Amino acid sequence: MNLKIPALEFVQEVKNGNISAEDFVAKTLERIQSVDDKLHAFLSVNEKAIDQARVIDKKVKSGDKVGACFGMPISIKDNICIKDSKTTCASKMLENFVAPYDATVITKLKEEDAIFVGKVNLDEFAMGLTTEFSAFGPSKNPWNTEYVPGGSSGGSAVSVSAFECVASLGSDTGGSVRNPASFCSTVGYKPTYGLISRYGLISYANSIEQIGPLTRTVKDAAFILNIISGLDPNDNTTVDNKNEDYLSEIDSGIEGKKIGIIKEMIGDGIDPAVLSATKDAISKLESLGAICEEVSLDMVKYSVAAYYTITATEAGSNLARYDNLRYGYDFPVEGYEFNSYISKARENFGPEVIRRMIIGGFVPSAGHAGKYFLKAMKVKSKLTREINEAFKKFDLLIAPTVPIMPFKIGEKIDDPVSLFLVDINTVTANLTGKPAISVPFAISNGLPIGIQLLADSMQDKLLLQAAYALEQTVTLPEVPI
Amino acid sequence: MTKIGLEIHCQLTNLESKLFCSCKANYREFGINENICPICVGLPGSLPRLNQEAVKKATMIAIALNCSTPEKIAFFRKNYFYPDLPKNFQITQLNIYGDTSIGGAGSIMVGDKKINITRIQLEEDPGRLIYEGSSSKNLITLADYNRAGTPLVEIVTEPDFESPKQVRDFLNILSDLLENLGVSDPGLEGAMRADANVSIEGGKKVEIKNIGSFHDLEKATHFEITRQESLHSRDIEIIQETRHWDDQRKITISSRSKEEDLDYRYFLEGDIPWVTIDSEIKEKLKSEMPESISSKKERYVSKYNIPGQVADVLSSDKFYSDLFEESHTESNAKEVANIITTDLMGLVDTREKREESKITATHLKDLADSIQSGKISRNSAKNALHEIVKTGKGLSQIILELDLGNVSDESELLGIIQKVISEEPQAVEQAKSNPQTINYLVGKVMQKTKGKADPTLTLDLLKKQLG
Repeated sequence: MNLKIPALEFVQEVKNGNISAEDFVAKTLERIQSVDDKLHAFLSVNEKAIDQARVIDKKVKSGDKVGACFGMPISIKDNICIKDSKTTCASKMLENFVAPYDATVITKLKEEDAIFVGKVNLDEFAMGLTTEFSAFGPSKNPWNTEYVPGGSSGGSAVSVSAFECVASLGSDTGGSVRNPASFCSTVGYKPTYGLISRYGLISYANSIEQIGPLTRTVKDAAFILNIISGLDPNDNTTVDNKNEDYLSEIDSGIEGKKIGIIKEMIGDGIDPAVLSATKDAISKLESLGAICEEVSLDMVKYSVAAYYTITATEAGSNLARYDNLRYGYDFPVEGYEFNSYISKARENFGPEVIRRMIIGGFVPSAGHAGKYFLKAMKVKSKLTREINEAFKKFDLLIAPTVPIMPFKIGEKIDDPVSLFLVDINTVTANLTGKPAISVPFAISNGLPIGIQLLADSMQDKLLLQAAYALEQTVTLPEVPI
Repeated sequence: MTKIGLEIHCQLTNLESKLFCSCKANYREFGINENICPICVGLPGSLPRLNQEAVKKATMIAIALNCSTPEKIAFFRKNYFYPDLPKNFQITQLNIYGDTSIGGAGSIMVGDKKINITRIQLEEDPGRLIYEGSSSKNLITLADYNRAGTPLVEIVTEPDFESPKQVRDFLNILSDLLENLGVSDPGLEGAMRADANVSIEGGKKVEIKNIGSFHDLEKATHFEITRQESLHSRDIEIIQETRHWDDQRKITISSRSKEEDLDYRYFLEGDIPWVTIDSEIKEKLKSEMPESISSKKERYVSKYNIPGQVADVLSSDKFYSDLFEESHTESNAKEVANIITTDLMGLVDTREKREESKITATHLKDLADSIQSGKISRNSAKNALHEIVKTGKGLSQIILELDLGNVSDESELLGIIQKVISEEPQAVEQAKSNPQTINYLVGKVMQKTKGKADPTLTLDLLKKQLG
């Protein structure tokens, strides 16, 4: 049984009766059993996965209608609610929280007969970019287990990269899908804001984050997008994509497309290996007929500061509900009044979450909002204006997903400021709502490098076509685990 | 000069569902924590889903109070920790970052006094806390989230009121207006709450919170003015503070909490996109709005010649004006108005009595028509109305059962008249010399027929008998 096949191939194989979903899921669970001790991608595994796969095999055999996923085993970041499953956000605060409902993306995947093999690790409440801030321990990079897998959707990237599932759903607030995808050599895609319903995604910074797929191939990402995108009455911020088919015409090529190289994202501090991979990607795109030239987005230099100000503000508010009164962990109320109780109960948050909530209490507060929060909002709108200008001239923008190489676990954990700079190339897509994708492009010294493409709002189809074209230009080695 | 300003919280009780989920807006009929869902208790991952109907209704209130309405409205988060607030922030509106609240400046006349409205905002009601235990040591706080997320409209006025009486008159007009719009039932417990700020000449502004009914609002402002005047007369400084209304003891108490110092860290609610209410949408809403009280009144006076005072009473109360609208015809309008304002209002003068009352528009129409055709006397009609309200039986059945039909049989009436003439020789003589006193004899006939004698016929026959 080859667990390394992409999603679309899996679907075809099950459909044709060449493999059974049950066998594949069983082997996937065995794989998790054998490698996850070393990688720690999973926080929980679905015990009923094999039974669920068996039901799908029966449907295939009897000729009943089968959903588009045909029992495809996928992993779900543990900040997305699956009914009757624990959804912990990798936090002690929600260690025992069992979601009473399905996120919209889960409902849609269930309808298409996907199988959730388990919930995967993340930085607590998705706050981080290494998965080191999980309250249940870090995940490890399958390319070298001494290295971080990126984050916050580290568990998603690891599980796809190490063949513990076929695909995964993560969430991307400032690069949390694209960053680990880049570090683990998978495709990671953040769609246009509003393209995928966030209902059931536990909010960190709700005005800029999106759920996004992590997959082996660009086609797989388009396939999953077809299933999970679209208007949702439960999320007022979703947009109508008129049932766009993102998979059809994916091989349209990029001949004649204008691609802007974002100057501010290949500047100071970029790793030489990353820079050379980026140049290589650009020349490959040019050889396919694209026209590439530099473009400047001046506001990028303030984007990380603005990003942390806005996300901390929203996080401070979004995480306020965790007062342990209605759900949470076991901590009796006797002997406390309200304020002292919640202060005590909320000590169960990890240090990074607490750090961001403290910032989030400060930057939008009366007397400081003008200097911080409102200024950050100004940067956001100026950056949006700049990128909109750029998209008048260019069809796509390009930059490395992360300007530096994956680093060792523990190497930067005590240096939050330097960690924050890892976000410099990814936050722009979130602050402006634009779609962006990380495509695995190179391996340097045994560690992956991803290249990022951005497109204008609702140009996700074009973005996926370009990513597919780029993907076809390289053949990468297999993960060593 | 005394200055009073109000912040009125009015639940949109007539809506089907809450502001951000499909739980019932009418939470009152549920057992504790039975009217809740992942959204209104703010479970992780849930998102607010804006009730468009609530936006419509709140806009109607803004229009009715002559407020400006912005083309686009936005929602904000008001962040503070409190156990009745499931998300520990309230989704509300404000105007500090531009006019984005559902209603801007407006005004309404209260008698000759113009009361200015500062703004109107649409927001969610928190849950309810129930305290148990006697001493502070074993005090238990229980939270009921049935109310959490109920659509609430906050109406903020300028400090334009000069007396509690003006406050009361305004509240009467406002509750009639809200009821007439069909957006709220102000009589429901907890549907109307208010905060007030009160200051007297030479004093500071004092805010009174937690006033649970309109009735108490007048009392609270009255108490507060008296308190402040008493301090002032003794040269004690009136400090700027927040006080709470104690509805048991009917006094205001200085609140130790530092509520006024709270920093709510307002920022845009990203989960709810801006809502457009442009002039086209606004005009459409206007056309869907029920007729205003003042326009109703005008119509009653000009079309049916109903006296101004009667029209006033009739138009301002939705229960009665609805009954009137459904029962009157061109010819019986005045009679229907009469029955409602002189008889029915006395019979069903409380909320409970109204709810128990079995009267329908058909009853009223039948009554008025029967009076006009002489089938039943006004006096008997009153008795019939009693029975209708109590039993809901049809008028003709009641006339039969209670024998209320007019005595209009000439020979029967003649017999009674002759009996009266023989019993009242003195009055007969008087009536002969002074025809105006004949009414006394008519009264006697009525007495003998228990008010059922056809009055016109009786008079005719009497006159004939007296020559």
